[in-house]
Formats: sequence, structure tokens, C-alpha cells
Amino acid sequence: MTDVTRAEVCAIACAEAFRGDGEILASPMALVPSLGARLARETFEPDLLLSDGEATFVAGPWALGAKPPATTEAWIPYRAIFDLVWNGHRHVMMGASQIDRFGNQNISCIGDFQKPKNQLLGVRGAPGNTVSHPTSYWVPNHSTRVFVPKVDMVSGVGKDRGVEVPLRRVVTNLGVLDLGGPGGSMRLLSVHPGVTVDEVRGATGFELHVEDVVESRLPTDEELRLIREVLDPKNLRDKEVPPQ
Amino acid sequence: MTKLMTEEQVVAELRSGMTIGIGGWGSRRKPMSLVRAILRSDLRDLTVVSYGGPDVGLLCAAGKVKKLVYGFVSLDSIPLEPNFQNARKAGAVEVQEWDEGMVQWGLYAASLKLPFLPTRAGLGSDVVTYDTSLKTVTDPYGGPDLLAVPALHLDAALVHLNVADARGNAAFHGPDLYFDDLFCQAAEKAYLSCERITDDLGELTRRRIARWMVHGVVEAPGGAHFTTCSPDYERDEPFQREYATAAKDPELWAAFEARFLTGSEADYQQAVKDFHSERKAASA
Repeated sequence: MTDVTRAEVCAIACAEAFRGDGEILASPMALVPSLGARLARETFEPDLLLSDGEATFVAGPWALGAKPPATTEAWIPYRAIFDLVWNGHRHVMMGASQIDRFGNQNISCIGDFQKPKNQLLGVRGAPGNTVSHPTSYWVPNHSTRVFVPKVDMVSGVGKDRGVEVPLRRVVTNLGVLDLGGPGGSMRLLSVHPGVTVDEVRGATGFELHVEDVVESRLPTDEELRLIREVLDPKNLRDKEVPPQ
Repeated sequence: MTKLMTEEQVVAELRSGMTIGIGGWGSRRKPMSLVRAILRSDLRDLTVVSYGGPDVGLLCAAGKVKKLVYGFVSLDSIPLEPNFQNARKAGAVEVQEWDEGMVQWGLYAASLKLPFLPTRAGLGSDVVTYDTSLKTVTDPYGGPDLLAVPALHLDAALVHLNVADARGNAAFHGPDLYFDDLFCQAAEKAYLSCERITDDLGELTRRRIARWMVHGVVEAPGGAHFTTCSPDYERDEPFQREYATAAKDPELWAAFEARFLTGSEADYQQAVKDFHSERKAASA
């Protein structure tokens, strides 16, 4: 399988983030994480709940960019989602405009909060998500612009803020990280095929804990078939992670 | 008793300096005709509470806003709201940027006449760094401290539903009520616009706004434009793109305002029609 793309390796890494989650809502916030969550449900995590992106839990596989399947499971308006968030039965994979060494994430603004250089979305549900249920991050452009020594506005809470936060994985276009380093600091777990540890270090704006780094796993034949034929036949994944 | 009003009559009951909650979510089912009526008024120094979309952007661009309370401001299909970004970058508005669950909690506390409701959401984040008015509360039963989200009392709420009767009972026909009932209940006076006034409100479980929550009702077909009002209509994406593009350039914005926002609601709806026929003609 020499023709496996970087985007496909990333999708597998995202799917792996949901391994062991059981009957919880998987909330991926971008294309490759969506592909990963749907793949996880089709293979090793069949009990995951997935939303159609509006207000319905849906059963069955569906492709990126396609209409969600008609098989509905439950109505989940925002009110119900908010309850579920604080209840804890959810694993969200959010984006991050900035993320720091202890997993603090920023989606609010760049620069001084009172008069920012750039205003982004706002904290949205990131503060509540991170203290309530498992949270992972997806960064399709691993760089020192995103991996910064200190985020400008802590939206998603990191490991050094005095509260319990069940942070899981940080999946990027270069590798997979977690917060298992000393004091809850960021640790490199694996690099994607073709990526070196030094490359990841160079794209990270703080000291990364590095020990026993392996290569990210490749998709199985069946996973590759599901990705290419069922879950992303239009190959939207390459738009988020261009081929090397 | 009928509560039917016009947009102008609603705005005449509002005052500068009021705290106004706006229902909907992002660029979904926003009471845009009421927002446009505020744009035409001389109201100013408003505090706006919203799951923000173009309602927030338009009010900021028109200089109506003193303070914003929000969890996010987004156009959904266009993630960032350029008019809101402009206002923030200029430091033109005070803000309380809260976790979106905290906003719900503040509205719920106000609707239940409670001073606050406790939560974990916000703890450890910079929400509590930048909003210095927030306080924690000790769990009297011995658990860890919690954040006490203060009640968000609204002087007025503005919401847009699919259908309503003249007394203010109303139903949503789309996928989500959002938090429209909480906005109404948290407000001294709630004003509800709708696509159609009718006595046939449809399925009982969709009638989530009851008349005791509502002070005034406005029949406003197309009143949520350019946001979604499913199933009556979806978001007007070409128009939203036009809006977002204009908001990024002062000259384009002046032209957008002159074309769409200076006249009456009827003028607006006509200008939108013309915008689409011109697009059609240009692509033919």
C-alpha cells in the first residue's frame, strides 16, 4: 500500500482517537475528523453516536459532502447537546487556531483580547467541553503559528490551569500527540510515514516531549476501501490535507 | 386580545441603553426584520445578548452596540462575521465572551428569577480572566467550587418563528427551537416575528412559545432573510456572500448599506429580489 495518502493516514489517526469510546457522541469539527469518526463507527467503535450536523442522530455510514442517511435515531437540538456536553457522554475533536504546550487552545482571538489583531469565532463551547468530556484536537497545518508557547486567549482549557481536563489526542498533518509528557505537557506519540521527528519539532513553537516515537499506522485494506469507496468517494480529504 | 404590531411599533417601545436578547443561532432563524428596524431607528448604546450571527454584525456596523454578550459570532457557512470582527478589532464594543452553555445558563437563571446558576463551564479558561464580574460559588454539599453564572436579565427579546397566532402562541417548524423560549422568558417584554399569522400552528409538540411569554407579534414574511427559516426557506447564500464581502471593505459596505439598508422593510425585500434577478441575468 505505497499509494496511501497523508490524508488517509490522518483519517486513521483521527479514528484511533475515538477507540474505546463506546456509546458516546463523537463530535468531529472538520472533514478529516468526520471521516475518522465515521470510519471508527464502521469498524471498531460501532456504538458511537453521530449527528447530521443539524439536530438529529443518524445511523449508518454516509459520505463526506453527501446528504446524511435517512435512518434517524433521536432528536438532539442544541438544548439536548448542551445537556449531553455537561453530562460527559461526548468526545469532541475541535480545531485550534493556537494550542500550547499544556494543551490550552484558542479559537477566540489573536492578540490583546480587549482590542484584538484578529477576532475569530469566540470561545464557543470550548471552555465547557474541555472540563466536561474527552476532547481531542485536529490541526491540519502543524506549524509554529498554531503550536505556540502561550495562547492569546485560553478557550479550551489545558493541563496547567488547575482544573481536571480529560484531554486525549492532538492529531495533525505531521503526527499524533497527547498530553502525556511531564506535568501534562505535550508529547509526540507518532509521526506519519515520511515525516521526521525533527520536522515536527521544527514546526512546534515549544519544547516537545519526545520518547519512543513510532510511525503512525497505515489503514488496512478494508479501511482503505471504506474511505475511498464509501465515506469519501469525492476525495474531499485531500482538500484538507493535500497529498505530499 | 390581539398583540399584533409592526416592526416600527416594536422599535418605538425600545429605548437606548436597553439590554436586548436576540433569538436564533448563528445565521439561522434570526429576527432580521426587527434588527433592520433597529438599524433605521435612533436607538443606541444597546447591550446585545445573542448566539451571534449577522444580527450582531449589522448592529455593530450601524454603531448601535455598546456591549455584547455572546459565546460566538458566526455566519455558519462563512465561519467568521466580518462586521463583528471589525468592531472587535477597533475595540469599539465592550464584550462578555462566555462559553455558549454559560449564555444558556444566564438566560435560564433570568427566566427562573434566580440570581445565578452554577456550572463547571468557564472554569480554568480565560473567560473568567477577561470577565472580571464573574464569581465562583462554594458547593454547600462539599464538592469543588463552581462558576456562578449571573442571570442575564433582558429588557426585551426579539425572536422569529415560523408561525404564530395573534395572541403570541408560536411554533417552530425547522430542526431546532434553539434557545428562543429562554430568550422570551428572560425578557421583560418579548417581541416575536413570524412568517405567517395563523390559528393553525401545527403539531402540538412544536408549539414551544406560549402567549404568556410574548408581548408583541409581528407578521414578517421573509423576516429572517438572509438567515435560514427552514422549512419556509433556507439561508440566502449568495446574498450572505455579498454581505460578507461588502463588510470587509468600507467602500463596498457604504454601497451595500445604501442599496439594502436605508429604506423600509418592503424596500429591503424588493432590493433583495432585484439583487437575485440581476444575478440571474448576469449568469444567463
